[in-house]
Amino acid sequence: MSARIVHIASNTFREAVRDRVLYNLIAFAVLMSGAAILVGQISIGIERLVVVNLGLTAVSLFGVVIAIFIGIGLVSKEIEKRTLYTVLSRPVRRWEFIVGKFFGLAGTLVVNTFFMAIGVFASLLYVSHHFQKPDGWILVALYFIVLQFVIITSLTLLFSSFSSPLLSAVFAFSLFVIGSFAEDLRGFAAMAQGASRWLATGAAYLVPNFSSLNVIGSVAHNQPVGTYLILSNTVYALVYAGMALCGAVMIFEHRNLK
Amino acid sequence: MAAIEILGLEKTYYVGFWKKKPKCALRPLNLTVGDGEIFGFLGPNGAGKTTTLKLLMGLVFPTAGTARILGMEINDPRMKAQIGFLPEQPYFYDYLTAGELLEYFAQLSGVPANQRRGKVSEVLNRVGLVDVTGVQLRKFSKGMLQRVGIAQAILHDPKVLFFDEPMSGLDPMGRREVRNLMEELKREGKTVFFSTHILSDAESLCDRVAILHGGELQGIGAVADLTSSIEGKIEIVWQGTFMPGPLKCLITESHLTGDTVRATVLEANQDAVIDGLRREGIRIISITPVRTSLEEYYVRKLKPSRTTAGVTS
Repeated sequence: MSARIVHIASNTFREAVRDRVLYNLIAFAVLMSGAAILVGQISIGIERLVVVNLGLTAVSLFGVVIAIFIGIGLVSKEIEKRTLYTVLSRPVRRWEFIVGKFFGLAGTLVVNTFFMAIGVFASLLYVSHHFQKPDGWILVALYFIVLQFVIITSLTLLFSSFSSPLLSAVFAFSLFVIGSFAEDLRGFAAMAQGASRWLATGAAYLVPNFSSLNVIGSVAHNQPVGTYLILSNTVYALVYAGMALCGAVMIFEHRNLK
Repeated sequence: MAAIEILGLEKTYYVGFWKKKPKCALRPLNLTVGDGEIFGFLGPNGAGKTTTLKLLMGLVFPTAGTARILGMEINDPRMKAQIGFLPEQPYFYDYLTAGELLEYFAQLSGVPANQRRGKVSEVLNRVGLVDVTGVQLRKFSKGMLQRVGIAQAILHDPKVLFFDEPMSGLDPMGRREVRNLMEELKREGKTVFFSTHILSDAESLCDRVAILHGGELQGIGAVADLTSSIEGKIEIVWQGTFMPGPLKCLITESHLTGDTVRATVLEANQDAVIDGLRREGIRIISITPVRTSLEEYYVRKLKPSRTTAGVTS
């Protein structure tokens, strides 16, 4: 990887930290502590289920909100404030800038998820008093959540490379919601007839399949995650994010920075 | 070798809801700037100066034409490692301190890690910001940001510098310091290409200037040549408040300032006026040929095309 990409990524990470993005961890800590104490008091026998479900869902939602709200400004804010001029007048290629921004935000989300994961496991320990073997699957669920963030980050960058922050947020959030029901959309496509079948199938494969990346329910019920699913989800997320990133680069390479 | 070669560079934007209405920001521009020159790019607002600089920096793409800097294409990273750019009214990452920003730019410019700290301190010292190295840029005034802008442009010791309105936002002292810095850069053998509205700065600094208006080149030449065209008139300054009667018909124009009279006469009448003043025993302070100032040249070049401003085609 080019050193310039690393420098741009580090600066993006530093921006997120200085803009107090990681302060969301405080809200998350308060939520998890409250949930652990409350669950311990009101639920009998399902404390683990509730804590895992609540914890992983919170990790996912907090991360998605951060990915969207930071991602939408990654390129457009730099153009609007003209901070980009002094970067691109240096030996920095436009694609390096986009890729650096991507890794910077993805890195921020990984660090954020790491601290949230500690919170989830701490709450779990509080309610269960000890870890069990199936708790290891929580790590797989967290890995899938990170893969979701990788896809969302690449999509917000794609939208940010040609659209306004507001529209980028609307597009990215809509895709997240639709993508969360991608399996249902595929089911609908299988049942539909004629042109609507083609349309629904096209839409189902175009939107990111977040439902396949969501194993929170099964992990909460101590069900294992298959190796094939882990591999296929990894390949899917990397290919999808790579394609979105290529789109962002292609648009940005031809954009006039007025 | 020319430091900058602009070959028919042209930019047309398409505006309106459907992006169908052409707006020509720069008509085909041909320009060469020699190695080690200070070149002034003059023109009113909307003349196309910033567009030209953005085209040269690869921030916008030309509709036609091309340009070469140090013999390389404008998007060649090897060339970009050897140029410095100060945008108009620069804005930087305000969550960084001046030192962090320059360190980041040094990384992007490929300054070796063991030299970065030294380079950053050196340029901050050069622009008078060494005391605020650790202060976040969000606390900087406009003038201080302009100095940071200059610092980041010269940080990596580039061969060619592009400054877009470098004096903007600076107080008189700051302007003087920037002028001195540009002269220093020239002495170091750098080429400086800068746009400005301030004609006195251009006149005192530049080897050559180009005047742009409505996206079109109106004139180009060495400052000395543009300002040395003698208009066939002489300015005579003498002490006193008195104008001898017989001389009145020989004098084209006169002004009384304090206890001196400043009169403009045609070259042909010069001897007659001087003899007349001597006869009256008046002390002559100076006799100088009237030269065109850069301001007069600029105004003259802009006047005919003022009516065609707007340049929509």
